[in-house]
Amino acid sequence: MEIKVIRKVLDVNNTMAKQNRKMFTEKEVFVLNVMSSPGSGKTTTLEKTLSYIIPEIKSAVIVGDICTSNDANRLATTGVSVVQINTDEFGGDCHLAAHVVEKAACNLDLDAIDLLIVENVGNLVCPAEFDIGEDAKIVVLSVTEGEDKPVKYPLMFRVCDAAILNKIDLLPYLDYNREEVLNNIRQVHPEMPVFELSAKTGDGFTPWIEWLKSGVNRKIAG
Amino acid sequence: MHEMGIAKQIIEIATSSIPGGMEDIPVERVNLKVGKLSSVVPDSLRFCFEILSINTPLSGADLNIEVVPILARCNECKFEWTINEPIFMCKNCKSGSIEIISGRELDITSIELENK
Repeated sequence: MEIKVIRKVLDVNNTMAKQNRKMFTEKEVFVLNVMSSPGSGKTTTLEKTLSYIIPEIKSAVIVGDICTSNDANRLATTGVSVVQINTDEFGGDCHLAAHVVEKAACNLDLDAIDLLIVENVGNLVCPAEFDIGEDAKIVVLSVTEGEDKPVKYPLMFRVCDAAILNKIDLLPYLDYNREEVLNNIRQVHPEMPVFELSAKTGDGFTPWIEWLKSGVNRKIAG
Repeated sequence: MHEMGIAKQIIEIATSSIPGGMEDIPVERVNLKVGKLSSVVPDSLRFCFEILSINTPLSGADLNIEVVPILARCNECKFEWTINEPIFMCKNCKSGSIEIISGRELDITSIELENK
């Protein structure tokens, strides 16, 4: 006997994400979900980003890792509120789910901020599948990774609203084909903006910061 | 990588879908639709399901996965095609403005109970 069900397996997460989105909208907080593979320079990129936008944009960060609070300690030196999530409590999850973000956000004064950055667990597969109630998703990749990352992980590059190509200061020392990675990104997500920058030197940050600020301002303006 | 969590959700949804009074009838099959663009590996999902379903009403049930192809439609010329490689550009007019019609599914469609 067949019983029709027709339910999305991720229903529970999607419902929680919807509630998060409502809460963040009420509080007029722009939420940015930052994803990448491990070692692309997410944390350094965020440290540099925060140094350019605070105190103008009041910000806070939620950091997800399987273990350690190393990233939170680094980001806290920028002066913003940081909440570390260690997913080993949740079974060593490879991504942040909506209920985990909600729990972390409860530890922040959302009335006091305009921007909440969520640094997801370093992984190009699973985080792409989980809505956390964010306004925008971005993916960070670096020139020390393969040029074919976008075509190897198409879902991640499809769901994101912008990409950062980090560590461009290393280009003179590498046999990296910049055109190839840009073509691969365009193939998977032709209309997505790509910001080529160096989190170490600060090169290329202007367009990225403008993009981020315009997102925050749109959210505040409702 | 998150197949364990997905399998857990499947078991919760399927168990709660067994109609009242039928809890003792063995579940033979759980039917799923998994889009090719979703980041779920069917073999890994079956493995997790098999382990997690032990001692639940779904123990021994077959996880039947229908893989859904990635279908796209061009927003410019309205051309529709199946995406088989990671190129998300219109095959007809090369526009990058496309819509994914299917391929992201991760849905339970039905459960099948043993016929008495």
